[in-house]
Amino acid sequence: MTEALDFLRDSPLTWVFVTLLAYRAGLWVRARTQGHPVAQPVLVAAALIIALLSVLGIDYDVYMSGGSLIHLVLGPATVALAVPLHRQAHHLREMALPLAVALPAGALVSIGSAVLTVRALGGGEALENTIAPKAATTPVAIGIAENIGGVPALVAVFTMLAGMLGAVFGPWVLDRLGVQDRRVRGLAMGAASHGVGTSRSLHDSIVEGAFAGLAMGLTALLTSLLVPVVVALI
Amino acid sequence: MGVLGGLLWLLGCQLVGEVLVRLLGLSIPGPVVGMVLLFGVLSLRRPGPESGTLRFSDGLLRHLQLFFVPVSVGIMVHVSDLGRQWLPISGGLVLSWAAGLVTVAVLASRMTRRTTGGEVGD
Repeated sequence: MTEALDFLRDSPLTWVFVTLLAYRAGLWVRARTQGHPVAQPVLVAAALIIALLSVLGIDYDVYMSGGSLIHLVLGPATVALAVPLHRQAHHLREMALPLAVALPAGALVSIGSAVLTVRALGGGEALENTIAPKAATTPVAIGIAENIGGVPALVAVFTMLAGMLGAVFGPWVLDRLGVQDRRVRGLAMGAASHGVGTSRSLHDSIVEGAFAGLAMGLTALLTSLLVPVVVALI
Repeated sequence: MGVLGGLLWLLGCQLVGEVLVRLLGLSIPGPVVGMVLLFGVLSLRRPGPESGTLRFSDGLLRHLQLFFVPVSVGIMVHVSDLGRQWLPISGGLVLSWAAGLVTVAVLASRMTRRTTGGEVGD
């Protein structure tokens, strides 16, 4: 009996299976809530796995014997983001000037204001480096945080929260600003709230969703380039 | 080729990206360079909708959130930090999110009005 339990605990297979099962449960919750922005499968899955590990008294390192196998796919999945970007590339020329000016400015403001606000409110340097990339899509934000000494686990959660802010409050803020152009609304949603904002935009209008996807891809690239520079300068 | 071809393109672009950032001493994540490389490849080759690269990528992206579940579980090690630093975390998130959104919306509105002379609603 103990031999079987030891096998389950030490085999990566167990934790790959548990992760897939928890993610499946997360998808189920999202479907049950008609895709409510707060019901993100990753958060539901992580909460379930943390609860299981805590109850069983198992360390994160033990879980990661299997978790790291799933984590490995994050790299190729990030490369795959080129595909939606490729599909929206014909919009690049149409909106060349807004894209070339508004998106870099937005990325710069996102990064700078995040770092300075955290500093003003008494957060440490590790927290500044963790929050800086949060406007980029989560896999890219995790990669940036790993490079500059942020905490990858926290950046994943911060980035999801920034996405949820966009999905819940983004359209309201854009209404207050009087922005009616669907292309501009999409750009702003994708730039500030990446994939989660993009799926909200897509829900509201196909044009808005396309521009949100474009802004998401370009903001991921811009944030990768700008975060190391801004963090070193301020 | 099909799906296998797609997997080879994705892993190949990531590998080249990872090698490039190390050779050039860049602080950009390797997979992001891989994304730029794949974008270049797709622009040159213009694959049809049946391409293995496109279909395999769509499959991965449909379940993108699965791949950052393991990292997110790591938050269990940092719960005490979250409790202690809730003010800078929530303040920084909300303020910088709003600042980024407003910056892009305001700048892009001004420029589209200037360049196209009208707005597109739907």
